Amino acid sequence: MAKNKGEIVVDIERCKGCEVCIPACPEEVIAMAKHVNRKGYHYAMPTNDACTGCTNCAVVCPDGAITVYRKKFND
Amino acid sequence: MAEFKTNPEILQPENQVYKRTELLTDKALSYCPGCGHGTAHRIIMESIEEMGIQSETIGIAPVGCSVLAYEFMNIDMQQAAHGRAPAVATGVKRLFPEKFVFTYQGDGDLAAIGTAETIHACNRGENITIFFINNGIYGMTGGQMAPTTLAGMKSSTSPYGRDTATMGNPLKITELIANLPGTIYVTRQSVHTPAAVRKAKKAVRKALENQKLKKGLSFVEIVSNCNSGWKMTPRQSNDWMVENMFPFYPMGDIKVNDDK
Amino acid sequence: MKELRLMKGNEAFAEAAIRAGADGYFGYPITPQSEVMEYLMAQKTHERTGMITLQAESEVAAINMVYGGASCGKRVLTSSSSPGMSLKQEGISYIAGAELPCLLLNVVRGGPGLGTIQPSQSDYFQSTKGGGHGDYRLIVLAPASVQEMADFAGLGFDLAFKYRNPVLVLSDGAIGQMMEKVELDVQRPRFTEDEIRKNSPWATIGKTPDREHNIITSLDLESIKMEQHNHSLQAKYRLIEENEVRYEKINCEDADYAFIAYGTSARICQKAIEIARAEGIKVGLMRPITLFPFPSKVVKEMTTRVKGILCVEMSAGQMVEDVRLAVEGRVKVEHFGRYGGIVHSPSEIVDALKKQIIGG
Repeated sequence: MAKNKGEIVVDIERCKGCEVCIPACPEEVIAMAKHVNRKGYHYAMPTNDACTGCTNCAVVCPDGAITVYRKKFND
Repeated sequence: MAEFKTNPEILQPENQVYKRTELLTDKALSYCPGCGHGTAHRIIMESIEEMGIQSETIGIAPVGCSVLAYEFMNIDMQQAAHGRAPAVATGVKRLFPEKFVFTYQGDGDLAAIGTAETIHACNRGENITIFFINNGIYGMTGGQMAPTTLAGMKSSTSPYGRDTATMGNPLKITELIANLPGTIYVTRQSVHTPAAVRKAKKAVRKALENQKLKKGLSFVEIVSNCNSGWKMTPRQSNDWMVENMFPFYPMGDIKVNDDK
Repeated sequence: MKELRLMKGNEAFAEAAIRAGADGYFGYPITPQSEVMEYLMAQKTHERTGMITLQAESEVAAINMVYGGASCGKRVLTSSSSPGMSLKQEGISYIAGAELPCLLLNVVRGGPGLGTIQPSQSDYFQSTKGGGHGDYRLIVLAPASVQEMADFAGLGFDLAFKYRNPVLVLSDGAIGQMMEKVELDVQRPRFTEDEIRKNSPWATIGKTPDREHNIITSLDLESIKMEQHNHSLQAKYRLIEENEVRYEKINCEDADYAFIAYGTSARICQKAIEIARAEGIKVGLMRPITLFPFPSKVVKEMTTRVKGILCVEMSAGQMVEDVRLAVEGRVKVEHFGRYGGIVHSPSEIVDALKKQIIGG
């Protein structure tokens, strides 16, 4: 059965650590990093490989900091 | 937390399904973390990109948090005096009826000082689009009470809560202008969840497409959060918004034109 | 070929604006200048030349419609009278700050407050020193006839685009309402979009791939940049002072004394000169046509030949201050004025000359 696997890339310097993407992710992939960006914000980052590339996080990000990739896998 | 490694097989250009639109400039947004302004900017610019009208669109920025919208929106922009964007847009649209013209305004700009301009642009049925971001507060100047501040809601100029007996009632400007024959599409949206953003973007797209019909003004209110002004975290402010703003400013289309 | 007509001042201005290739008029009714918009509406400007004529909900809205049109490099104008002009001051400051070309007409009436609908010249300070906030200047043209009401529409647009600056025609209720013969220019075409893209590349008419997006704004939160912007504005005003001074001299060659007056007051002074000369008093008139840039050098030069200057204004004395600045105490400068809508008589002026200048 084909399965979508996704990846997100967060523009670390553009992210303001608002966390609005966290509840938007159905797979609970995102969390705030321990490290901070140049402006001192803890930035969002993926924490596991459950991402399906649904783009929810990118769609709700106020700063447009997330780029999303998705690929179909036939396992 | 386990160290997560990306999968290069997925991270290929051809697999990219979402990226930041080029119709937003590279400048970092001046908005507070989690503020709905940024999302609203993005869905408007994405719509303009998808409609292919970047070279025919002129945006009018207000005075308020989004006064610097012209730094972020990669189209020709004019910055209007506080409250006057609908009049500025009228001047542009009347002289260039074939261009796409929109205003982008906050609640203080549109529903306080600019009430007359808002009502009369709607009443004249100008073929423009008004994007109205309602966060119930004057954000830029530090959190004062706005015309849409809820009864009992605290702000720096209603520190003990808005007392409607002496400070007036929150103004439902959107319902008010929906009654004017000059408006053809009036809707209220939000941008705090993926589903809400997707719906809001459809409304934005329709409101811009409507300008081709030359049948009147399209008005999109976006109820949004103001975590700095409301003194909450971004996520708390979105929850507070749903709980307190939505009952008074209900979501959905108030007036819809059915022609394509 | 020019066309000769008998017209009211307000209507001559409106007709001349159409012929000067105006693209848009945005106005609001106020006595004594409502005829401008009435005339434009009656002319169906949209059918005549494609020009838009729109009545706004307020003078505030009207000036901001002008701001929008001007930001697109179009020839746009508005007209009003004193109280209405006060409402437009913020918008005018924005237009000057954003360096936009536009044409403004103020048919001045007595003030302050609701004042009266009779003619006056008590908006001189507001017009020449900047009635809005910030360091800015308007080019101010003062018509003294229906002919000049017509001429200054075209001239106003040309100066506005030459300097990317608002131009104000400062008239008054008398000149706006009086009828005189007037020669009207032939129709000049309105700007096409291509002409705008070529002549006004700064205009916000749609970001084409070949350029960055244009921004029309008067805002800059970085003080260093804001100061530089102000320096460039001031340099523009110095250039205007150098190149655009206009005035008229009447009977000054042998004059021992001089009137300085503009607009309606200058007309009346010409009669006063007749009366005075009949009594052997050699007096002349210097009539400023541009109130900014004020003909200061001309006034300074006059002090080498006249013993005294009487400023005649329908106000409590505003232009007189600019005259004193130019004269720097070399000769006596006095003011004579009637105001509140009263228009002085020629003989009153002669009496004032005798009492305040000659007899003094």
